[in-house]
Amino acid sequence: MIEVKNLTKQYGSKKAVDNISFTVQDGRILGFLGPNGAGKSTTMNILTGYISSTSGDILINGTNILDEPMKAKKEIGYLPEIPPLYLDMTVKEYLDFVYDLKKCALPRKAHLADVCVLVKINDVYNRMIRNLSKGYKQRVGLAQALIGNPPILILDEPTVGLDPKQIIEIRTLIKKLGKKHTVILSSHILTEIQAVCDDVIIINKGVIAANDTTENLTKNISADSRLIARIDGSREEILKVIKAIPGVISVVADMEREPGIYDYEIEVKEKTDIRRELFKRIVARNWVMLGLKSTEMSLEDIFLKITMGDTVNITVKKDTEDVTDEDNDADDEIDTDDEDTNDEADTDENEKDTAEEDEE
Amino acid sequence: MGAVFRREVRAYFTSPIAYIFIAAFYLYTGNYFVNYNMAYGSTDLSYAFSSAFVIMMILLPLLTMRLMSEEKKQRTDQCLLTAPVSLGGIVAGKFFAAVCVFLCAMAIYVPYVIVLYTIAGSVEWAAIIGTMIALLLLGASFISIGIFVSSLTESQVVAAILSFAIIMFFYMLDMLAGMVSNETVSNIMVSLGFYSRYNEFTTGIFDLSSVIYFLSTIFVFNFLTVRVLEKRRWAD
Repeated sequence: MIEVKNLTKQYGSKKAVDNISFTVQDGRILGFLGPNGAGKSTTMNILTGYISSTSGDILINGTNILDEPMKAKKEIGYLPEIPPLYLDMTVKEYLDFVYDLKKCALPRKAHLADVCVLVKINDVYNRMIRNLSKGYKQRVGLAQALIGNPPILILDEPTVGLDPKQIIEIRTLIKKLGKKHTVILSSHILTEIQAVCDDVIIINKGVIAANDTTENLTKNISADSRLIARIDGSREEILKVIKAIPGVISVVADMEREPGIYDYEIEVKEKTDIRRELFKRIVARNWVMLGLKSTEMSLEDIFLKITMGDTVNITVKKDTEDVTDEDNDADDEIDTDDEDTNDEADTDENEKDTAEEDEE
Repeated sequence: MGAVFRREVRAYFTSPIAYIFIAAFYLYTGNYFVNYNMAYGSTDLSYAFSSAFVIMMILLPLLTMRLMSEEKKQRTDQCLLTAPVSLGGIVAGKFFAAVCVFLCAMAIYVPYVIVLYTIAGSVEWAAIIGTMIALLLLGASFISIGIFVSSLTESQVVAAILSFAIIMFFYMLDMLAGMVSNETVSNIMVSLGFYSRYNEFTTGIFDLSSVIYFLSTIFVFNFLTVRVLEKRRWAD
């Protein structure tokens, strides 16, 4: 169990981490979510004893990392943002070194072999680390964290710079590890957190903006549902018609998808279904409904809602989404017609499915 | 400490640096040995020993420049500092690894002595052994200075130049002392200088206070390195 109490880290006049407290129970995977520079890495560096905090306490399985650093550090496996690899060593030499460094008591050969199988680095076991690809380096970094079988794993952006296949593999692995270890994982990729983590902490500018289970967070904030309708017809009139439907809170049409055809984002009151009514009214005016789908608020929306305030309009949301969502090729997304959007959603779904299947 | 020591020794010997260092040391001291002892048929090794000072001053910073700066630059210090190892253990591991390479270089004096002994039939054992100890202490002092400077920067080049400058300063203290009129200050400078202390050994005087002086230097700079690492954790 990890307990963090009133943690603050000050760099000069800037507070990188401002009075944050949270607890991670054993066997949970906690996602640390936040934009770049939010204080994720700083927090992790403090948790692992790499840097000190300005104030606040950290208990690692009941041990204060300041009072008994040796004992606390033994409990933790850490993969920093940049894997701490000695480029002049082979993978074997490096893992041997880490094994000695951590004063590991498990049988050397069997343990190292286990770790290598787990992160799939057997192929490169005798190669120089400097010659490895980014993906393999990341895995060797992960192997390093796993040596000694520490009950707590702290992984700082473990999937950054990997290709989509590797990302899925690493995520699957983390899910698997989460069954035996307590894991803290940081990321600015929201689908990742959604796919892997049990709990989420959203951190922004050094402050915790939200702390809940992934499920609750998605559920709570997405209580009011949204519809996206693509309708061929006069924009002004359509807006008026939709607004007139009972249960509609707001409607926005910012995105021209085809010449003269807009996507209308409709926010609806909780538990009201306006789809039939909407369809009837559109048809009654002789307009054509080209598409209709309901969107649940994704973590992206929640994230932006929390970190930027509620006033964000839809366009901004969409744009930022594309940037944030590194899983998909951002270049392909300039042409965002409906099919593309669906594909995106499918890919994400697939990823999740694969992750789950693999796990089973 | 053991893990860090083994890694550093391996790193030295899997890269050219240890070999170049040792070769340069052999070449330089060998030159004195051949041109002085061999050419003039002398068993007096003091020239070969005292000449080592200069080459060590130039070469040892190159040996130590990487030790701490590169860890920080490559972020591998995150692995070391989050592992259950004490800072003292990390610094000691690195220190002894460099000392180990230096010992390999120093070992060249053994064949020199053997050659002299075979040819001349006798050598001044006490002076030679005393000087060997002093040489080791001197090298270790340079190494501890080098590691300390290396811990202050991320750049190997800066580390090398700065270590050289500091060692040079200790080397020149004796000479500068002659220019200071105040006797107390000049005495302090002489007693802090490396060169006259070391040279005493080469002439066969085994001064215990000098041994203690070198040991203290080693301790102080290694201690400072630990403090630098410690302070970096608390940096704000």
